[in-house]
Amino acid sequence: MCNPRTLVLCILFFLSAGIAEAKEKIPFVTLMTHDSFAVSQALLDDFEKQHGAEIKILKSGDAGAALNQAILSKKNPLADVFFGVDNTFMSRALSAGIFEPYESPFLRDLPNALKLDPSNRLLPVDYGDVCLNYDKSWFSKKGLAPPRGLDDLIMPPYKGLTIVQNPATSSPGLAFLITTVGKYGASGYVEFWKKLRANDVYVTAGWSEAYYGKFVRAKGGTRPIVVSYASSPAAEVYYSEKKLADTPTAGILDSGSAFRQIEFVGILKNTAKRELAKKLIDFMLSPAFQKEIPLHMWVFPANPETPLPDVFLKYAQKAKAPILLLPDTIENGREKWIETWTDVVLR
Amino acid sequence: MDRDLDGCGFEMKSRLHTWLVLPPLLFLGIFYFYPLISILFLSFMPEGAFEITKLYKLVRTGYYAGVLWFTVWQAALSTLLTVIVALPGAYVFARFDFKGKVLLQNLATIPFVLPTVVTAAAFHALLGPRGLVNMILMRLFHLETPVIHLDQTVWFFLLAHVFYNYTVILRIVGGFWSRLPKNLGESARMLGASDTRVFFSITLPLLKPAILAASLLVFVFCFTSFGVVLILGGPRFATVEVEIYRQALHLFNLPMASALALIQIGFTFGLIAVYTKLERKVAVSLTLPDSHSPHQKIQTPQECFFVGVNILWMAILLGAPLMALFLQSVLTEEGPSLVYYAGLLENKIASILYVAPIAAIANSLGYALVATLIALVLGWFSAAFLVGAKKQGALILDPLFMLPLSTSAITLGFGFVIALDEPPLNLRSSIFLPAIAHAMVAFPFVIRSLLPAWRSIPQNLRDAAALLGASPLRTWCVIDWPILRRALLVGAVFAFAISMGEFGATVFVVRPQTPTMPLAIFRYLSHPGSLNYGQAMAMSCLLMITTAAGFLFLQKMMPRSGGF
Repeated sequence: MCNPRTLVLCILFFLSAGIAEAKEKIPFVTLMTHDSFAVSQALLDDFEKQHGAEIKILKSGDAGAALNQAILSKKNPLADVFFGVDNTFMSRALSAGIFEPYESPFLRDLPNALKLDPSNRLLPVDYGDVCLNYDKSWFSKKGLAPPRGLDDLIMPPYKGLTIVQNPATSSPGLAFLITTVGKYGASGYVEFWKKLRANDVYVTAGWSEAYYGKFVRAKGGTRPIVVSYASSPAAEVYYSEKKLADTPTAGILDSGSAFRQIEFVGILKNTAKRELAKKLIDFMLSPAFQKEIPLHMWVFPANPETPLPDVFLKYAQKAKAPILLLPDTIENGREKWIETWTDVVLR
Repeated sequence: MDRDLDGCGFEMKSRLHTWLVLPPLLFLGIFYFYPLISILFLSFMPEGAFEITKLYKLVRTGYYAGVLWFTVWQAALSTLLTVIVALPGAYVFARFDFKGKVLLQNLATIPFVLPTVVTAAAFHALLGPRGLVNMILMRLFHLETPVIHLDQTVWFFLLAHVFYNYTVILRIVGGFWSRLPKNLGESARMLGASDTRVFFSITLPLLKPAILAASLLVFVFCFTSFGVVLILGGPRFATVEVEIYRQALHLFNLPMASALALIQIGFTFGLIAVYTKLERKVAVSLTLPDSHSPHQKIQTPQECFFVGVNILWMAILLGAPLMALFLQSVLTEEGPSLVYYAGLLENKIASILYVAPIAAIANSLGYALVATLIALVLGWFSAAFLVGAKKQGALILDPLFMLPLSTSAITLGFGFVIALDEPPLNLRSSIFLPAIAHAMVAFPFVIRSLLPAWRSIPQNLRDAAALLGASPLRTWCVIDWPILRRALLVGAVFAFAISMGEFGATVFVVRPQTPTMPLAIFRYLSHPGSLNYGQAMAMSCLLMITTAAGFLFLQKMMPRSGGF
């Protein structure tokens, strides 16, 4: 403590930090979002060039944590625009009254199926399907046919093969639980989970622990079926070490076996920069931004006219007839479903 | 030790002494109590009236009582196991000098900074059903099925708790132990006492303050354990903290989350109050001035054996998982190579998420150094106050200082968002908030490390120095500082490690674009693909190296005894 070197270093640090904070001069608009939001720096620079304003990005944990913080700070919002509400949390966000409507001219380019909020407080930006993934080589080596849908998971040959995430702590886990509710109905899903438990399902807390811990492609992993995204096989190719001719994994996309997660953006009420906020939303729905979505966030852009990168065209699939429960149904059922699930599967 | 002073000169001194508590109290008031109380008010009274309906579940079923019981139980067991496992190591480090000691000590602290997901990956690679140990055993004994079944059992996360907290015992108890005079035991031995007897009736009582202090930290750490239980224990186990997370983030039941957070705080407050009482009872002042009883070289074969066994044990417990991580960062699909490390430098799609390793290192170090500095200053003031505080004062304030460590990270993170939103405290999206959050969790470590050492300084030594004409400053430099230096260093190391590992609250603190190393690791682990996994492992290794370098830097920065 009594060391002059320490003192000097510390003073320097504080000074430099102070200078870094002080230099903001150009106007900016703040985008609050979750940790996995990404685009390229060049794209953000384009916005700055077009509108003379910088986009400041604030991250605050996963989608649930970020939305919670936005709701808590509604009287004095942290940001002008919020991105990352999905359809499982949409009703909650809307009933909290934190968004204000904005009819962006780009809305007409988007399919009606994605526009879940008729008042346009939340506008769809992207979507992705949560579904089961399996390891192709594991099944071919075993001489077992890969499962075709949810029904197969509770059959004897597939005993001890499946990994799911806890819907109480994981977003894909919740999406998968909703899939079963959508497929088997409000009472049938309980039966399904009882049988799946009897068939030795493995539950992890989150996606990373499942995919990088227990899934057979992970080091030390043993199980060949995991809940992930329909785009995961494409990501496997894109982020592979050796050049792969085909995807090592595949998604199970048959009717009723996937849930479509749609991500929305909205202007936060009480923002002082409404005009800039509108511009930012238009920007996020514009072709330039939509084009970057696949490779940066591994989901599909909301605008169907958007050209897709090669790896998506070749390897990323979409579910046939995914489960699409209404946000209100999800909001009303979520807590009960999770509690029932916990009772049936864990206790 | 009671230090009630008399005489009028001391009157003023004690008034001055009261001022010491001001900086930590002010800090806690602004960054802890204000946000906490704000979030509690908002949760319980969203419309200005007390809303109780959402809390019925708390008492309607025995579930939450069960959760609390489990939380206490696992924390107690984890603490006990850690103490038993680490005490021999603390002895070896306190008493013996050997090659590579400093390195080993630093390596032992590295687990502290590893994100839970990474630790889980390391343990799975090592002990999972298809992990290294099982593969070897299966091949050796020609078995068809794995031998070790730790996965998703209590044992797995207990093991992880020991892995994380070994260093707390090693450093805090070891540091204290090294100052215990050796000749006490020797005279007892000469009088015919056995080694066991010496240990239980002389060494252990003398060590008690340090063991208690370290155990308290470990207990509180495990009590609020979140990631470890969630990921390694599996979904069947839930601590209070896990339940808070579930309630707040996924069920949006803020009243329930806040009620649980209050229970958590109340419980730890009570526990620490009991501890504070105990601590004062067992505090010993060491009358021997020799504050550096010299370390000895290993002489007898027995000593050599003992030291060897301990180092081997540490290598297995702490070294093997770290080694597994390292191997995963260099063993690619095409054999050993540095592909993953090279990949860290590459921003394939020019993403804003991408952070160059050097930038991540700089961000992490920046936060960690500021956090360490704040924690040291606050810890110093708090400890200085507590050492001389009257009984009642310490009984309330000591637990108070520990509360940030035991408070639900989510609750506090949310508190920041609603409380620190207006000038002059418009800090919620400030670049300093993560550092402040780190410091708040870290400064209890500084206090716990300083207090036993500080209390052990005998007053008569200071009096003697004063009598011989030494100025107060000189007395302090010669007597207090040499003893406190080591304890302060231990505190600094933990503060630094806590910040480097983004422990607790900080995950829920809103932050601008300043990605740290743990955040970079999470980013890689959030997409499929073997390159992503490999790069996460490579980044984890960089995190380990940076942390170790940081420890060495701290050791260099702390001036040696008396050297001003």
